[in-house]
Amino acid sequence: MNAIEARGLRKSYGDVVALGGIDLTVEPGIVFGLLGPNGAGKTTAVRILTTLLAPDGGSARVAGCDVVREGGRVRERIGLAGQYAAVDENLTGFENLEMVGRLYHLGRRRARERSAELLASFDLADAGGRLVRTYSGGMRRRLDLAAALVANPPVLFLDEPTTGLDLPSRIALWDAIEALTAEGTTVLLTTQYLDEADHLADRIAVIDHGRLIAEGSSDELKRRVGGDRLELRLEDPARCEAAAATLAVIADDAPFIESGTLRVPLRARRGAIAEAVRLLDGAGIGIDDIALRSPTLDDVFLILTGHVAEEGGGDEQREEKAA
Amino acid sequence: MSSVAATVSDTLVIAKRSILRIPRQPDLLVSFTVQPVMFVLLFVYVLGGAIVTPGFDYVDFLIPGIIVQSMVFGGFVTALGLAEDLKKGLIDRFRSLPMASSALLTGRTLADIGTNVTQLAIMIVVGLIVGFNFSTSVPEILAGIVICLLIGYVFSWVFAFIGLVASSPEAANGYGFTIIFPLTFVSSAFVPIASMPGWLQPIARANPITFMVDAVRALFIGTPAGNSIWGTLFWCVVIIGVFAPLSAWRYRRAVTR
Repeated sequence: MNAIEARGLRKSYGDVVALGGIDLTVEPGIVFGLLGPNGAGKTTAVRILTTLLAPDGGSARVAGCDVVREGGRVRERIGLAGQYAAVDENLTGFENLEMVGRLYHLGRRRARERSAELLASFDLADAGGRLVRTYSGGMRRRLDLAAALVANPPVLFLDEPTTGLDLPSRIALWDAIEALTAEGTTVLLTTQYLDEADHLADRIAVIDHGRLIAEGSSDELKRRVGGDRLELRLEDPARCEAAAATLAVIADDAPFIESGTLRVPLRARRGAIAEAVRLLDGAGIGIDDIALRSPTLDDVFLILTGHVAEEGGGDEQREEKAA
Repeated sequence: MSSVAATVSDTLVIAKRSILRIPRQPDLLVSFTVQPVMFVLLFVYVLGGAIVTPGFDYVDFLIPGIIVQSMVFGGFVTALGLAEDLKKGLIDRFRSLPMASSALLTGRTLADIGTNVTQLAIMIVVGLIVGFNFSTSVPEILAGIVICLLIGYVFSWVFAFIGLVASSPEAANGYGFTIIFPLTFVSSAFVPIASMPGWLQPIARANPITFMVDAVRALFIGTPAGNSIWGTLFWCVVIIGVFAPLSAWRYRRAVTR
């Protein structure tokens, strides 16, 4: 049984199509990354899969239960941590987790034990007795993630879990997420950070304007974009054209110049730098800097969506709401 | 757990959460204890001398009115709390949990009863200090207290709805003070309706708050009850009958903002 299975999910807000018929299949035990820019429909997809929003069309099953007809059973089997650290500021960390545990019907004793366990494993044991309003942003997010895990749900939804966090906090959260999948939890992660998807996700679906435009492992997606590239900066930038012509023999595709950097798609990675240096030296073109570069998810994104991945969070929500 | 037991447990968990909040937000505590007391003092000592209430000391006339006003506003914590929960994404979390969907709203409104009891006690004590006298029998006074708490509970649902439709806690504050506040003034709470301009009198007489104030006044100081007690019960049923389903509907479709 797949952890998540969606067929033809559709949702519109007035004239604005948030999801234009999306299919998703997430096998159990993996981290599935839903990658897309602001307003792509990621949050809408998560809201439907977590039973917060009814789809206009299509169907979805999470942990074997239908999100529309068996909402209650879905909710027993999922955890959700969102873009907001959804924790109560006027409760302590411990009280927050205990409350969530009670609402999952763990029973008072079990809820308390589990809260203590989670505080310890999220490095919040010392802060557990303090009101959450004294917590830092990173601590709140960790508590939020802990709250999503109180009932050991088989399927976990993380909607942009690190948006707005500084790098050390992001890395701490990544480690926590990786530890979870080691325990067999299925994670659906939405993100607009390519490095996050690259780092965490076993499989990645790229969505844009409510449509799935690519799906595969990080490596598969990178391969779709093409192979390795040579990037050069010349001592005399004016000679880029000449250098491009000289390097045509090792190029797989037409070299291109972008903001003073010459990029040459390579036929083969092996020996490429030596060959390029030899060729340019022979042509009397001085090299300032030369490097081999593998495609990144940034490239994937740019090529698949036709625009650069956007930074900064929150706009998606606003757009979807305005619509 | 059976579904009834689960619903009760969920409701109590939420009520506990809502009650814990009060002592931890001192500003809330202040507005719910000091503010009504200030009102009593202002009306009794500053405005009272200019308000004529034939047959009664103004303080006896005022205290039931001001108690009803404070009960009406008792649910305000619920509006602020829900608006904050929405803003912070907590409503999404609650809605993604396998808890009874009624628990968040009923738990919160039940917690309001706790704050209302506290407030009512403070108001009665302050009233007695500034010279208020009960002039009815103990059963009547008790009935009046029950009616006060009923009024408070009913208005918690109005505030729940306000909290869920307001775009922010600040906006919820605004709705409360621009809609509910005047409602309490265009009533028999602070001045006799007969002293209002002619065009305003029918409005004040039809105001549900007037029925509520008249009922509490009748039960506390023995003014003629007329149809005010039945009118109060009628309005309580109507208000909760409208706002409980409206709030539940808004909650089910709540979107984090």
